[in-house]
Amino acid sequence: MKTIADLKIGEKAFVKEFQQVDLSLKLLEMGCLPGSEVMLDFIAPLGDPLGIQVNGYCLAMRKEEAATVLVEESI
Amino acid sequence: MKKTPIIALIGNPNSGKSSLFNQLTGLRQKVGNFPSVTVEKKSGPLMLEGQTEATVVDLPGLYSLYPKALDEQVVIDILANPHHEDYPDVVVVVADASNLKRNLLIFTQVADLGLPVVLALNMLDVAEDKNLQVNAVKLAMKLNVPVVRINARVGEGLDNLKKAIVQTLEKPTSFQKYYFDPAEQFPELIKEVKKSSQLANNYLALHYVQQHDIFSFLSTEKRVGFDKLIEKYDFKESGFQAAETMHRYAVIDGLVKESVKTTDNFLVKPLWTQRLDNILLHPFWGYAVFFLVLLTIFQAVFTLASYPMDMIDAGIASFNDWLKETLPPGLFTDLLTDGLVAGIGGVVIFIPQIAFLFLLVALLEESGYMARVMVIMDKLMRRFGLNGKSVVPLISGVACAVPAIMSARSIGNRKERLLTILVTPLMSCSARLPIFTILIALVVPATPVLGFFTLQGLTLMGLYLLGLLSALLSAWVIKGWVANTEKGYFVMEMPTYKVPRWYHVGLAVWDSVKSFVTEAGKIIVAISIILWVLATYGPGDSIEKAEEQVKQENPMLQGTELDNAIAAQKLENSYAGHFGKFIEPAIAPLGYDWKIGIALLASFAAREVFVGTMSTIYSIGSEADEDNGTIKARMRAEINPKTGKPMYTPALAFSLLIFYVFAMMCMSTIATVYRETHGWKWPLIQLAYMTVLAYGLAFLTYQLLS
Repeated sequence: MKTIADLKIGEKAFVKEFQQVDLSLKLLEMGCLPGSEVMLDFIAPLGDPLGIQVNGYCLAMRKEEAATVLVEESI
Repeated sequence: MKKTPIIALIGNPNSGKSSLFNQLTGLRQKVGNFPSVTVEKKSGPLMLEGQTEATVVDLPGLYSLYPKALDEQVVIDILANPHHEDYPDVVVVVADASNLKRNLLIFTQVADLGLPVVLALNMLDVAEDKNLQVNAVKLAMKLNVPVVRINARVGEGLDNLKKAIVQTLEKPTSFQKYYFDPAEQFPELIKEVKKSSQLANNYLALHYVQQHDIFSFLSTEKRVGFDKLIEKYDFKESGFQAAETMHRYAVIDGLVKESVKTTDNFLVKPLWTQRLDNILLHPFWGYAVFFLVLLTIFQAVFTLASYPMDMIDAGIASFNDWLKETLPPGLFTDLLTDGLVAGIGGVVIFIPQIAFLFLLVALLEESGYMARVMVIMDKLMRRFGLNGKSVVPLISGVACAVPAIMSARSIGNRKERLLTILVTPLMSCSARLPIFTILIALVVPATPVLGFFTLQGLTLMGLYLLGLLSALLSAWVIKGWVANTEKGYFVMEMPTYKVPRWYHVGLAVWDSVKSFVTEAGKIIVAISIILWVLATYGPGDSIEKAEEQVKQENPMLQGTELDNAIAAQKLENSYAGHFGKFIEPAIAPLGYDWKIGIALLASFAAREVFVGTMSTIYSIGSEADEDNGTIKARMRAEINPKTGKPMYTPALAFSLLIFYVFAMMCMSTIATVYRETHGWKWPLIQLAYMTVLAYGLAFLTYQLLS
């Protein structure tokens, strides 16, 4: 399954499902919901963390965190 | 209306909430703590219409009423408890209009608690740049609360906001309906909680169920009661919370569609932020800029700050001389000059450094750059068991470990936060600087190196690097022994870049200087006075006997030499002298004598006391004249009675320097670690490992060099 950690810079996708309950609560509150469109915005110099554009702003997270958010190309 | 109504500011981080708070209260703001927790509380008076004065309380920024970091817990603890002294009469929710959906989540939660709410729409200019047209009137009708357009950065719309607050205080808008009603799914559970806890509000009842563990006002029995209810109704906490958030966003989606016009798509970064990120997150330039920024901070803290510090130093010294000349000689004058003024001087002299450091850290935070530093440093720091967010405590630790350790609260992961707290005191704080400079000046020559550096400057830098290196290495060693019991996240919003407002930066500097002077000042002044007393009086009549004793032992001495010998004997016979003698065997392997022992003990209250103590001890031990007026000169003149040579050899000075790089010589830091880790375990472990490092390495240094 594709996750946010698999996206390339500039690539867009839709959030499908969270695999980690506590992290999902945090992401939901930040407006990153199932069905939200996200775009990979940057990858930090050493390959981790990364930043996504979602819901009108930029959200940074670690790669291992991003790998728990499943995405799909279209809803 | 209440006599002094309380107005709470609530909103997302980066929504401009603190700017609004600064605009409303300015220099009248006070920094304190919320009752019984160590979360910093900023509050201040606000004149409303007529003669009503309200109190504005700035609550920690958060994204939802379900706290994800320690600081955030205080918000729901206040809002759920009408008896709390900060329970608000009106809540002003500050919302970033350019990010309305996410900002409205907390609004709907606060409104559902049944609290009177005013919505302050901030950053409309940013929204317009993003092609978002927010219709405040429509929004107010939809939300059924007053909606005020403000610009917190420049202070526009404050009058309208005050009017809306007064209007809401006088006639709160009636509660209409829940954005999310938990009773729809769990009617019996909510009913039972409302009945047993005498609540009127369904959503508040839900928070009792979900968050009773962090409610400070509930008894243990009550908490257990809620756990039983959760079991009885098979209530799934996380699942229900997720469902609540999604439900709220669905409602908000509808509201925003009707009141915000947009042509843009949501995935585009503002142009300038994109451009700056291209540089500041660049694999090479990102680190290059960060290195430059660090260099600037050090340069400012050490070089720029030294000018005002020298002026303060000279000013205090001449003031002290003037006092000594003007006042009649006697005990009181001695206490005032050698004890009190010397002690106060030791506090005041740090103000420029603290101010510069906090100025720069505030600038980095206001501009949005700090978030980028956290991102580029995260992976590096993680190798040592730390977190990208540890960068802020570590940098701030160069000024003072106390605020630095408190700033570690933003680190979500418990283990990474704990490690940060444990190693931050190894960063050489400004209190160590006077010890470093005086000892370096004693034994290291000012030989120029490469044109503009000197050997002294390089030694000083070396000590700071040693501190940083040992902080990282200690974290790396300790990380294997600390269990990771909790999941925490790095997830954080990357704010857009903003030009810092000098007014806000200035207020931040003012606050930090003020709290340093009042907090640290109290301790230092107290220690100075106690020390003076201990060094002036002794058990029984031993002080009086000192003169006879000296005259008997050295019948040949005369004049100044005799006075000096008597003064030295008096010090040796004093309480402080006995103290120093008592610990001398333990510190002798490091090269220290009982006089240094006194200073070591005294400096445990705060390191900056060391130099003051040395100055007190050596000034009590001798008359001040042209040659030995300064503490440096007095230390240089000190003779080791065993060798007959100068006391301060390079071996001794470096042994002391190394000792102070590692020693946890600061009671305020220990107290802060105790508060932050909720117990004595970690502060004691920290004290133990740092003392072992300090003693062991100082011992090695002395033995190798002598």
